[in-house]
This record gives sequence, C-alpha cells and structure tokens, in this order.
Amino acid sequence: MLNNILESIPQVAIDGLTLGTVYAVIALGYTMVYGILELINFAHGEIFMTGAFIGTAMLLLLTGFGWVSALPAIVLLITVLLLTALLTGLLGMGIERVAYRPLRNAPKLIPLITAIGISFLLQDLVRFIAELKKGNYIVTGPSLFTHQIKIHTSSISSIFNDASIKTSFIIVLVSAVIMMVVLDFFVNKTRWGMAMRAVAQDRDTASLMSVNVNKVISLTFFIGSALGGATGVLFAVQYGTIDPYIGFILGLKAFTAAVLGGIGNIRGAMLGGLLLGVMEMFASANLSLLTGGVFGAEYKDVFAFIVLIAVLIFKPEGLLGKPVAEKV
Amino acid sequence: MLALNNIETFYGGIQALKGITLNVEKGEIVTLIGSNGAGKSTALKSISGLVKAAKGSIIYKNEDITKKPPHDTALSGIAHVPEGRRIFPKLSVKENLLMGAFSVKDKREIDERMSKVFQYFPKIKERLDQKGGTMSGGEQQMLAIGRAMMMKPELLMLDEPSMGLAPIIVEQIFEIIKELNQAGITILLVEQNAYQALQIADRGYVIQTGSIKLEGLGKDLIKNNEVREAYLA
Ligand SMILES: Nc1ncnc2c1ncn2[C@@H]1O[C@H](COP(=O)(O)OP(=O)(O)OP(=O)(O)O)[C@@H](O)[C@H]1O
Ligand SMILES: [Mg+2]
Repeated sequence: MLNNILESIPQVAIDGLTLGTVYAVIALGYTMVYGILELINFAHGEIFMTGAFIGTAMLLLLTGFGWVSALPAIVLLITVLLLTALLTGLLGMGIERVAYRPLRNAPKLIPLITAIGISFLLQDLVRFIAELKKGNYIVTGPSLFTHQIKIHTSSISSIFNDASIKTSFIIVLVSAVIMMVVLDFFVNKTRWGMAMRAVAQDRDTASLMSVNVNKVISLTFFIGSALGGATGVLFAVQYGTIDPYIGFILGLKAFTAAVLGGIGNIRGAMLGGLLLGVMEMFASANLSLLTGGVFGAEYKDVFAFIVLIAVLIFKPEGLLGKPVAEKV
Repeated sequence: MLALNNIETFYGGIQALKGITLNVEKGEIVTLIGSNGAGKSTALKSISGLVKAAKGSIIYKNEDITKKPPHDTALSGIAHVPEGRRIFPKLSVKENLLMGAFSVKDKREIDERMSKVFQYFPKIKERLDQKGGTMSGGEQQMLAIGRAMMMKPELLMLDEPSMGLAPIIVEQIFEIIKELNQAGITILLVEQNAYQALQIADRGYVIQTGSIKLEGLGKDLIKNNEVREAYLA
C-alpha cells in the first residue's frame, strides 16, 4: 500500500500544487480584504467566476478572428489575463464603493449579508448574460494548451510512477506564482503596500499620516479582485467548461485556505492554498486505498476539512496567524 | 495660527464638546488640561478631522479646516500624535517613521528628516528593524513623536505624551517638546500631568465636561487656586 501511495506522489504533487496555487491566489483576495476591513467578502468567489466568464468570452471572441489565430496562444492568453484582471479589479472596486462603503460603520453582520447578496446577484447576472448570448449557462471555451507532457519521475527513483501534465497546468502554475511573488513584493516593499499594511493595523492613525484610507481600501479591492478574476481565466483555460456556480465551492475552499494560513496574513493565504490543494489531491488519489475502499476519492473534501479543523483546534489563529493580543 | 470657534462635537447622542473656543499662535506652546472624559482628546480629534465637529469652525492659517478629512489636514501641516501613541505594531520602526513621511516622494528629503529624528532620539536609530509593537512604552512614545516629526509639521498636537511613563522619561519627553518648540514648531499639548505641562506652556486652557473653564498664562494657571485644587493636588 505504501508503495502505491509513493508511486502516486509525483502526480499528486503536480496536481496538488496547481490546484493549490489557484486556491492560494483566490485566498489572497479574501485575506487582503479581511485584513483591512475585517469583512469576509463572500462575493470574492463570484469575482473569480465572473473573471472566468469574461476571459472565456474574450478568448472565444478573439479566436474567432482569423488574424488572431496567427498570434501565439500565449500572447493571446496574457492579453486576456491582463484585460480580465483590469475589468474584475474595477468590478471589485465598484462593489466596495457601492455596497460596502456605505455600511463601513454598521455592525459586522450587515456587510457580510450584503456580500452574500452580491454573490447571488453576480451569479444570476452572469447566468442571464450567458444564456442570452449562448443559449446555455454552461460555457465551454476554446481549447488551448492541451498538449500533454510526460515527466519521467520514475527515472529519479523507481518508487515513483511517471507523472503527466497538460501545458495549461504549467501556465496556471507559473502565472499564479508570478502573481503571488509580485503581490508579496508590492505589499512588503512599496510605499502603497506599506500604507495598506498600516491601514490594516490602524485605520485612524494611518489617516493621520496623510494616507487616504478610502483610496487604500479601493486599491485593496482592486488588487484582490484583479488577481481573483485572472485566476478565473486560468481556471477556465485549465478545465475548459465553466458555469456561474463555480465560484461558490472554489470560493469556499479558498476562504478555507485563508483561514488555514491565518486570515489577514498574506503569506499565510499562499501557504494555506498550497496545503489545501495538495491535501485534496492526495486524498483524491489515495483515500480509497487508505480506507480499503470504504471512502472513495469523492470524500476528498471531507479529508481536507478534517485537517483544517484539526489545525484550527490546535492553532485557532491559523498556521501563520498571530494570536490576537491587545496591548494597552 | 489655529483658532477653534464654538466647536461642538458629538459621539452619536453624547455631546463631548459643548462649544470650545481657543486659539494657538505661531511659536507658542499651548496646553489643554482637564480630568478624564473632559473632552481633551475629542478636541484634538476634531482639529485633525478624526471626528467631525457638528457646529462651529476651525480655522488654520486663514483656511477653514472644519470639514477636512484627516489625511488632508495632515497635508496642511498639522501632526497629531494620538493618545496611547498608536504605533503600527507590525510595521518595523523604520516603516513607522516612513509612514510619517508618506506624502513625501523625494528620497533625499525623507533621509534628511529621518536623520533629524535621530538627532532628537538617538535610541531609535539602533532599533530600525525591530517591530514597532515590541518597543517599550517610552520608546513607543519617542517613536510616535519621531513619526510625527517625519511629517515636518508646523503645528504638533500631542495627546498625553507622558501617559504611563516613568518620571525620568517624562522629564526627557518634556525636554524634547521644548526643544522642538525652540526649533520653530508650534505645540498644542494635551496633558493630565498639569503641573509639568503648565511649566513648559506659554498659555493653558482648562477644560471640564466639554467646556473651557479657565484660560491664562501657564505661570498664572499654576498658581490659580481652582487649578491647584482640582489638578495639582
Ligand atoms: N468613540 C466614542 N464614542 C462615544 N463616546 C466617546 C467616544 N470617545 C469619547 N467619548 C466620550 O466623549 C467624552 C470626552 O472624551 P475624551 O476622550 O475627549 O476625553 P479626554 O478628556 O481625552 O479624557 P482622558 O483624559 O481620559 O483621555 C467622554 O465622555 C467619552 O466617554
Ligand atoms: Mg484623552
């Protein structure tokens, strides 16, 4: 049995890391907004979904033009990623401006309910548009990057099986890593990133330092939503078929990842996402083996959430979260 | 330089300021003393814009700043060191200082201001990489003042800089306040520590439950019987 598990490790690692980076980038959106507003922006999963639809629409549109198909697919994808990020970034910023800002001083539950409302609104809006344009709310994008690559991990050691990846996996992985590295740099090394951290820690005092707090909050929503939307495009390219409800489960998992890493902590979100992705893939590959066939791969989420609960019992603030202690 | 005319400020239904009128002239040290809950902090917050005055006007250098948001007030040259210091706990000491100069883009200007801060607070220089929240109370107060100096303010408002500090540190802080004033910064100082505040102040106001009860020269207020009984006992 151990051998079987070991054999599958290369594939589990590749699939898990890819899925994990997707969770991680979406988790960033949750964690950044939470860090600055203590708001769980449940609409973030729907921003991701909207990004997937905007990106797919653009890809379908662009691949329809003859001259575009002469361009390398990667150029096309990067263009679409950037445009989608811009649009979903503006969408997120707009949502904050219209729906959350007027409730800034309301009890915490109220913006939370509003966020859930926005989720439904986006789901139905996207569904409406998709049905209007395509006659069906389940949409399949053009297939890109479907080339399979075999990785001969068995040549490293005979305990491993070979792993295989679609080119799109690599694209997802590389793009997600780039997004995370750039964000980490932005937050930790730039002036506005520092302002963002300052606002997260003490909004009033930051405003005394001539920081326009509303601007920083808008920026936070823009960045989180742009990353979420771009990840939506990557998801669509990777899995081909999307519907208006993909944001719900994925958002929930990404939120879980954010909590696992320590909500409000940016590196925590990245770590939580990767861990959750790997655990999920590990469970999906080995669960039936481990339980002698009692639980199949479809119980992978249960496994992942049991781990989450276990972590939170022993470290309620999450893996990289700091225990909350008020110093007077 | 700064004038408050009949300022009234509310927190929801609670009226914290019931018509405050005071003024600060360029180059002065003016202190605002009063017991807990008198409205001292609220007065400073009304000036910097953290809370909005409901009535009255605040004029700074011939400009009405009553309704200005705090980040704009800061840009016009008023620095507010809030009660309890409010250091950014998870930013490094250096980043805390840099936050003070947030509006400045010129790197050389920032460096100049920082070395100025080190002149007054040499200890800060050795702690640049430490997290703000791990500094001691006294160090945090110095950092908070240093951070405000990074704004190169014309008017520096300090809310109870001596709170919770050992007498010797209080001594140092008041010394530095005097030096800053001699270097040309106008000071509005809120204090519980009435005796020490009145000693360095040119003028003082005594505030009680949201109204000004007394005003006068620092040296006169120290001798005033009412003040002695209430605050210097
Ligand atoms: N955020 C708030 N919400 C409601 N009431 C407030 C708030 N802040 C202050 N108050 C009330 O306003 C009044 C004045 O408070 P303020 O903080 O200005 O007093 P203070 O003179 O600074 O007192 P201390 O010396 O204790 O700091 C108090 O009665 C206080 O309870
Ligand atoms: Mg006070």
